[in-house]
Amino acid sequence: MMPVQPVLLWTDLLLFLLLAVLALYAWQARRRPHLAAPWRRLARRPAAMAAAVILSAFVAVGLLDSIHFRPLLPTQTPGAAPQYAPETLSLLDQLLRPLREQKEKTYSAPFATHLYAMESVEVSAGRIVRLYPRLRYGGAHLGDDLGRRGADILLRAVRATGVALLLWAAAVALVAVGLARRHGVRWGAGLMRLMRGETALPWRTMLATFGVLLWLACLAGHWTPEWHIFGTDKVGQDVFYLSLKSIRTGLIIGTLTTLVMLPFALALGIMAGYFRGWVDDVIQYLYTTLNSIPGVLLIAAAVLVLQVRMDQLPDLTLVERADLRLLFLCMILGITSWTGLCRLLRAETLKLRQMEFVQAAEAFGVGPARIMMRHVLPNVMHIVLITLTLEFSGLVLAEAVLAYVGVGVDPSMHSWGNMINGARLELAREPMVWWLLTAAFVFMFVLVLAANVFADAVRDAFDPRVA
Amino acid sequence: MLAYIVRRLLYAIPILIGVNVLIFVLFFAVNTPDDMARLHLGVKHVTPEAIARWKAERGYDKPLFYNPGAAGLARFTDTLFVHRAVPMFAFRFGAADDGRDIGREIRTRMWPSLAVAVPVFLIGLLVNITFALILAFFRATYVDTAGVVLCVAMMSISGLFYIIGGQFLVSKLLHLVPISGYQEGWDAFKFLVLPVAVGVISGIGSGTRWYRTIFLEEMGKDYVRTARAKGLAEATVLFRHVLKNGLIPILTGAVVVIPTLFMGSLILESFFGIPGLGSYTIDAIRQQDFAIVHAMVFLGSVLYIVGLLATDISYTLVDPRIRLS
Repeated sequence: MMPVQPVLLWTDLLLFLLLAVLALYAWQARRRPHLAAPWRRLARRPAAMAAAVILSAFVAVGLLDSIHFRPLLPTQTPGAAPQYAPETLSLLDQLLRPLREQKEKTYSAPFATHLYAMESVEVSAGRIVRLYPRLRYGGAHLGDDLGRRGADILLRAVRATGVALLLWAAAVALVAVGLARRHGVRWGAGLMRLMRGETALPWRTMLATFGVLLWLACLAGHWTPEWHIFGTDKVGQDVFYLSLKSIRTGLIIGTLTTLVMLPFALALGIMAGYFRGWVDDVIQYLYTTLNSIPGVLLIAAAVLVLQVRMDQLPDLTLVERADLRLLFLCMILGITSWTGLCRLLRAETLKLRQMEFVQAAEAFGVGPARIMMRHVLPNVMHIVLITLTLEFSGLVLAEAVLAYVGVGVDPSMHSWGNMINGARLELAREPMVWWLLTAAFVFMFVLVLAANVFADAVRDAFDPRVA
Repeated sequence: MLAYIVRRLLYAIPILIGVNVLIFVLFFAVNTPDDMARLHLGVKHVTPEAIARWKAERGYDKPLFYNPGAAGLARFTDTLFVHRAVPMFAFRFGAADDGRDIGREIRTRMWPSLAVAVPVFLIGLLVNITFALILAFFRATYVDTAGVVLCVAMMSISGLFYIIGGQFLVSKLLHLVPISGYQEGWDAFKFLVLPVAVGVISGIGSGTRWYRTIFLEEMGKDYVRTARAKGLAEATVLFRHVLKNGLIPILTGAVVVIPTLFMGSLILESFFGIPGLGSYTIDAIRQQDFAIVHAMVFLGSVLYIVGLLATDISYTLVDPRIRLS
């Protein structure tokens, strides 16, 4: 009997597929110097590697949130068939269990001890007073001794800083020893090299970024058990938890969108460039037509159609339905964005077709399908990667806009767009509910900024004009 | 030149037909009128009679492409495709679900849309070119680096936050202009200042960075070196030589956007309560009014194709090196 029943959602499957493809590419690129050289160039840029560290933190959270399962219910009768809980959880949910389960009644500000809204409470028989009710979990460990609130927050921060410093020192020591081994010097000398920045990879920048992330994670880890560090939302859910859950949605929209349409873009783009003639005309017509439909409107139209279809689907669980809608949204976004990639691939294939190695393959009598697979495809893959990174940030931002228009991800799914959309309606309230917007802003900004910096570096590293 | 334009116009026809068929299939074949009726009347407790009546009222009760009930040519003409999609080519959009004529709505709502979109476009272009020139002038200094960093940071902020931030700061804290709304005539000014400002500011990041790249690319060319070798001042080189040549890709890149200005900005108009085409579309999407969305998608495609054509023509006008054939 398994303690959990694994659940594989469509988007999980595709996300792991994407990881597998990337790993395969990395393995291939390692053995081929001309493919590996741009990545080496990229790895030497401090800004790109700092962005990469931040992105990997986001990806780690997203992946933890992509391993889904249904926990085993405590069985009442011994010997009966195992019963699994109806709700699907992820590994992240399990790790953040206190955050998920400590729900308040409604809005409360960050680090608050009382609710945001006044309520009528019966203090003694018949006497009703309007007051701000005490939170069930926020600062509950203090009891009535609310004077210690500031001291408690500070003490936890100090403790978190200490732990973070220790962990960071361990990481620095590990890298220093690794560097020392590599260069065959004593580890003190390795540390000196690291501190002076005299290393091939920008380890100093990477460790500094890692240190900041570690510190923030430790702070959150020490505060969250007793405080709602980003406050709570309308139904009392912890906003920090919502923001972390939204990471997966953002990552999926940003990456799967390019992935789901990749086969089409690759096949059509390479075919148009390789065969030319009428094949090229037909494919060009196809993408010009698709391109001339305004993107947002096409998405809106398709999602409207989808809503009707979804209502007719046989019973799916809430999570599966939301997941299917997310996948469909990725596909629609992909339809509106593959045309650019297709055009780039076509142009590159036109260029490659004139190169000696393709001409030689043709002279040897290699068939067109084989030439396209073996000789053209590996040499256009860098375009795919550049497009993937360049489009990522735009797609993460687009998700928020689509949620506002009302054609975004399922309302039950955690996403920054849904957070902003929910908070927007509360802006008119006095005092303002600002923490939902701030949390969504901070998380989106950091992710998109890191993605932008990384994408720029990728483009520069591959740009033949710079090389 | 004329032959080229005629050929491009002819080339636009199959694309428009393709767009129209695609939208029609998306709206009516994937999503049958029965589905639409059920969506509007509520999924539960719908009688077949109610659905039939709903469809008859809106003219959705015809077959999609082929009508076996009719005689002769009417088998092909008395269909939903001919009644709904073909009149689009003549810009007759029919009536919305609430009975109002979509064509007339578009004609009246066009003006508020333009009142926001045209200033955003023009001021944005001016501001971005100015900033890009400043960064190009100070290239490879701290000013340039700081400017690029600022641009990337500004690009990383969602447009929604610019709007919400602007409304909060200017309208709620400072009480300078109303949060949202619109009035005809000169009174429109106080309602338009904030949306236009927000529209311009949210575009600065990407626009400035892009134009800066164009200017820098231009500055690496041989004629600039010649100009410097002649002993011209850096400012003269920048404003008399680089600016003029850099404007070619900038202006031709901007031309494609001009026709789509009619469509307005979906998000800006909706947030600021401006009764333009953008908010019209958003409302239609929220009310699931397929007729309006259909019309707006078609209109958007037409304007985009016009924009592409205008881009090609503008290339020959500003750059005599390009000959159309």
